[in-house]
Amino acid sequence: MTSAAAGVAAAIDRRGTLRRLVRRHGWTIGVYLLLLALVLYWRGQTKLPWGPFDVQSLAIDALPFAFAACGQAVVILSGGIDLSVGSLMSLANVVSAKYMLHMSFTQALLFSLAVIAGSALAGALTGLVTVVTRVADIIVTLAMLFVWAGAALAVLQVPGGGAPLRYQNLVQFDTVLTKWLPSAIAILLVAYAVLWLTVRRTKPGLGLYAIGSSRSAAYLAGVHVSRSRILAYAYSGLFAGLGGLALTAASGIGDPNAGSIYTLNSVAAVVLGGVSLLGGVGGLIGPIGAAFVLTLVKTLMILKGVNQNYAQVFQGALIVLVVMVGGLAIRQKGKGT
Amino acid sequence: MQVAATASGEGGGDAAVPPLLRAAGVAKSFGPVVALRSADLTVGSGEVHALLGANGAGKSTLVKLLTGVLRPDAGSIDLQGSPVSFSSPAQAARLGLAPVFQDPALLPDLTIAQNMRLTGADPAAVRRELRALDLDVDPAAQAGELPLPMLRMVDLARALSRDPKLLLLDEVTAALPSDLAERVFTVMSALRERGRSVLFITHRLKEVIASCDRATILRDGGAVASIDPREAGEGRIVEHMLGPEAARAAAVAREQDADAVAPRTVERLATGDAALEVDELAVGRLEAVSFALRPGEVLGIAALDGQGQDELFRALSGQQAPDAGTIRVAGRPLKARHPYDAIRAGVVLVPADRLQALLPQRSVRENIASPRYNRLARWGAINMRDEGRRVRSAIDSLQIDIRAARQVRRLSGGNQQKVTIARWLASGFQTMLCFDPTRGIDVGTKRQVYALLRRLADEGAAILFFSSELAEFPLVCDRVLTLFGGRVTAELPGTAADEASLLRAMHGLVEAGEEAA
Repeated sequence: MTSAAAGVAAAIDRRGTLRRLVRRHGWTIGVYLLLLALVLYWRGQTKLPWGPFDVQSLAIDALPFAFAACGQAVVILSGGIDLSVGSLMSLANVVSAKYMLHMSFTQALLFSLAVIAGSALAGALTGLVTVVTRVADIIVTLAMLFVWAGAALAVLQVPGGGAPLRYQNLVQFDTVLTKWLPSAIAILLVAYAVLWLTVRRTKPGLGLYAIGSSRSAAYLAGVHVSRSRILAYAYSGLFAGLGGLALTAASGIGDPNAGSIYTLNSVAAVVLGGVSLLGGVGGLIGPIGAAFVLTLVKTLMILKGVNQNYAQVFQGALIVLVVMVGGLAIRQKGKGT
Repeated sequence: MQVAATASGEGGGDAAVPPLLRAAGVAKSFGPVVALRSADLTVGSGEVHALLGANGAGKSTLVKLLTGVLRPDAGSIDLQGSPVSFSSPAQAARLGLAPVFQDPALLPDLTIAQNMRLTGADPAAVRRELRALDLDVDPAAQAGELPLPMLRMVDLARALSRDPKLLLLDEVTAALPSDLAERVFTVMSALRERGRSVLFITHRLKEVIASCDRATILRDGGAVASIDPREAGEGRIVEHMLGPEAARAAAVAREQDADAVAPRTVERLATGDAALEVDELAVGRLEAVSFALRPGEVLGIAALDGQGQDELFRALSGQQAPDAGTIRVAGRPLKARHPYDAIRAGVVLVPADRLQALLPQRSVRENIASPRYNRLARWGAINMRDEGRRVRSAIDSLQIDIRAARQVRRLSGGNQQKVTIARWLASGFQTMLCFDPTRGIDVGTKRQVYALLRRLADEGAAILFFSSELAEFPLVCDRVLTLFGGRVTAELPGTAADEASLLRAMHGLVEAGEEAA
């Protein structure tokens, strides 16, 4: 082999598979190590015996947040941003709570499918508006934030409604296989596997990463940029729908403002979860872990009796610190090689 | 057989066998800028066809039209006798047109395997093509981790895996190491043997003569000739690219401009310290360039796209650290880590893209004064009176039309460019780097810019001047260096830097200075 090609080949060989894995997923691993550290700390704080109930309570709190983070992550991966995640969650929450109140468990499950489909369509609509009008996504999704929030208030002015007890138990009490695995986490894992794992390695899924990585190169490679963008927002809507239903099951009621905190929190989880805000880099596992981390931080603050306002300051500082340390680590690594 | 196919391709629509690809009267404008006026191109089956032309002749636009990246404003494209219109690159690819661009269309954040799947390429076929190219690429490697030449080869393998009817290579061999470039030529002749066609865009005329059956030459957005490159030879090709009328027009223009801009032979240049001295500088594609620029001199840099001129200007203006070599400013080494360092040393940049340098929403005054904020306002308030005086004198001396002075973006391109120069007049400088300063501005303003640069030089400034318009060099420059493949290929005195000599030297054809002298 001639010199230049040999040099290139050698450069590739030097990169071991394991090292590559660590480098690519190092951030995600770090997020879960942070989660583990927080869990251990949490355990050390309580003198009461530590049981499955604690895991369950964390999962209940984190589930809607994790779904919001997934939705936001897909859009940010594709190089966009979605400010309407939270209010679409509210809408899914109030619609489900209003109509499920007198339904049987089976009817409620079927209705949930309709809510999820409707949310995905709502997300796709947001994407379509962005693509057709060519208005910046941050503006379109900000507008949609108001649209869905208004719609949620129109459906249910004050918190109310409800859901079948068995439906609520799905998130609040049930466990799968062992009492240490709350069904809330099982639902999250199944949703991740069915909705994302099956798609991310297919052409449309790669298209999402492609347009986030470089829109012009994606176009030249024959990717339908507009379709991929709409798909990203459809995904965001889909996860927002799941998040809204999780709120219904976790709280047992519908609240037109229940989702609003998740709009910016989802962005925080995405950033903490190692997704590049420029798009193209990251996955959903990281943001899911980050959603648990941020939920646990909040729980710990309450446990320690920290003032709510300071708790938010601390949460903000944590995000900046983690992202900064991570960024420095990456830069350091870049210099080394 | 090939000859017959070529001949029928030449013959046009009435021949029995229609040519593989026929573009007729294809035109494309971007707003007021006409990129392609009316181009015709016929590529026969089993033909390796070169597409040639100087910078801005319309080659890239034509390729983009042929591959569905852009849609033509007028004209028709026939594929094997039936008209086609591409709505996207994906559709053009399905019809058998596979492009490989200078910037590979691979997503940096995806692995090679994912990139293949994304475009629906058959991974096994790609692997086979890579093996045929004698390349060992790990499909699990992230595209962004591979060096650019390798990415280009992977892109080529992907294009080949589709077994295209027509392979379009847009300056693929530029900046490829010679052994990889050699493999591209092998691929081209293999395709020809199998009756496939190649459209090959390059600036290297030697490559064209060595490996192309025919060549279509574009000039000013139209096709001017379709020739056999071997028969025609380099000289004729350059003549076509330049155009006899253009050469004559350039001569006339020079006479007209003689009053406004007196061409000079400078004696005092030989003496005194160099304002800017570059020794064996290497940055990116720039391999090893040395020159000295003296006060009172305008030194031209002439080069085709991507010969290292961008890197040269980036390095000199402090935007990019050199890989090797030294830059000296007035005798002192300059190690600029930021444009601020270069500006403080008195080296300032006038970029081609004015909006890169200006604050488009702000006023003319603020724009002109902005480089001064470095010094004036470091800790205290800005001395508005002093600022106003300096700005006014810069505006006056450049004759900037300030009717729309409240927002620089409302000014015409020419006036914007004057503002970018005025900024440096107001803040003071020793060496001005002008990178294509007259791009996209009207003729009248261009003349004013030439005259201004000459005046600045007469007043003792040193000016490094790159332009994509060759006719400008004899009007502005005392000396011209030509770059090719990251090295200086010739040095011409400004008076002898006519387009033909420059073009030859820019293509790496030696001894351009000889006949000019």
